[in-house]
Amino acid sequence: MSTGMTDHPQAPLRGDWLWHIGVAAFVTSWWWLYHELLALSDWLTSLMPVARHSHAGEAIAFFLYDVPKVMMLLTLIVFAMGIVRSFFSPEKTRALLSGKREGVGNILSAGLGVLTPFCSCSAVPLFIGFISAGVPLGVTFSFLIAAPMVNEVALVLLFGLVGWQVALTYLVFGLAIAIIAGFVIGKLRLEGWLQDWVRDIHSGAQVPEGLEDERLSMVDRYRLGIQAVREIFAKVWIWIVLGIAMGALIHGYVPQDLMVRIMGADAWWSVPAAVLMGVPMYTNAAGVIPIVEALLGKGAALGTVLAFMMSVIALSLPEMIILKQVLTLRLIAVFIGVVASGILAVGYLFNLMF
Amino acid sequence: MKTVKVYGPGCKRCETTAEMVKQAAATLGIDVEVEKVSDPKAIALAGVMSTPGISVDGKLVHAGGLPDPDRLAGWLSA
Repeated sequence: MSTGMTDHPQAPLRGDWLWHIGVAAFVTSWWWLYHELLALSDWLTSLMPVARHSHAGEAIAFFLYDVPKVMMLLTLIVFAMGIVRSFFSPEKTRALLSGKREGVGNILSAGLGVLTPFCSCSAVPLFIGFISAGVPLGVTFSFLIAAPMVNEVALVLLFGLVGWQVALTYLVFGLAIAIIAGFVIGKLRLEGWLQDWVRDIHSGAQVPEGLEDERLSMVDRYRLGIQAVREIFAKVWIWIVLGIAMGALIHGYVPQDLMVRIMGADAWWSVPAAVLMGVPMYTNAAGVIPIVEALLGKGAALGTVLAFMMSVIALSLPEMIILKQVLTLRLIAVFIGVVASGILAVGYLFNLMF
Repeated sequence: MKTVKVYGPGCKRCETTAEMVKQAAATLGIDVEVEKVSDPKAIALAGVMSTPGISVDGKLVHAGGLPDPDRLAGWLSA
């Protein structure tokens, strides 16, 4: 329901309709263009002075199709998620989670982690906000694991470049890791391993309530959607182009059997190696996934590749440094250990299943 | 003289927010002192859960994302 209609009588109402029509027109032309994209990119490739089935031709076709496809998918989904997220705020999420018991709390928390707007630069204030409102430590961790790992950029890229089955699998197992890891950390009763000042807050020091929710009209929500698209693009476009270019090179040039030997399912050590390699690497989902797709195409095992990706996104060194302000090193070590075990399990499970 | 605090760990959006506050104040002809708060503890204790956050004379008015220019003008002139 648009609150804007009741708040402002005549003039803004017309503005509202223009917005609705504009959004509808955008979505329609999006569908049309997305359908024609393959033909369009084939035609563009045919203009290039290379044979279509040569190494270079394959690489160029891959690049010219995948870049616009991914950009289009991202635009639509990030816009939609921007609107969905405008219904969730950290304050609301905290209210939903405070006093929830472990178990149910972990499941709810991981789910809300996906839907609540989150930026890793706000991880510390958010952590304190949750803890001070009586959200259990393990439940807070479920949120902090799910929020960066299961995000729309990762899912869109997996969907667009690898397929919906893999995207869905990633969503389900990403959530499962967040829920179980948070649950385990909660059971370990590690509240004593928080930094001192955080423990004081945990045991009842007062923190102000924070903001009440502003009432938003549908047009405000569209604006937030557009803002989200602009922010994500400013952040990730270069990684997408570079990543897909890299993917295109692997696609055209790297011999199949080399990848099978290094990252195939037979090498037992490949999963832990992938997780270890992922920790110091810090990039968002956008930079990793095009490489992931090309690796898969060349015969790398799905579990190994997913483990690599989850590790890059969920266990990053810079985020650990941020969290160091609220967690002691021991607690960070437990956090890494529990999450890494979860990722390892997913990696092996997948290599067995597929 | 109003005291405006901008809460944020120093990310780009926090810088932009501080600039927006200064500009809005200059346009409105309001005398403000803008203070950037980047200590995570101070941010958390102010009740800010998503950054950048803004408080005017000790009252928290905004948290999370860039502020809307019209609303910003409203907070400053209130």
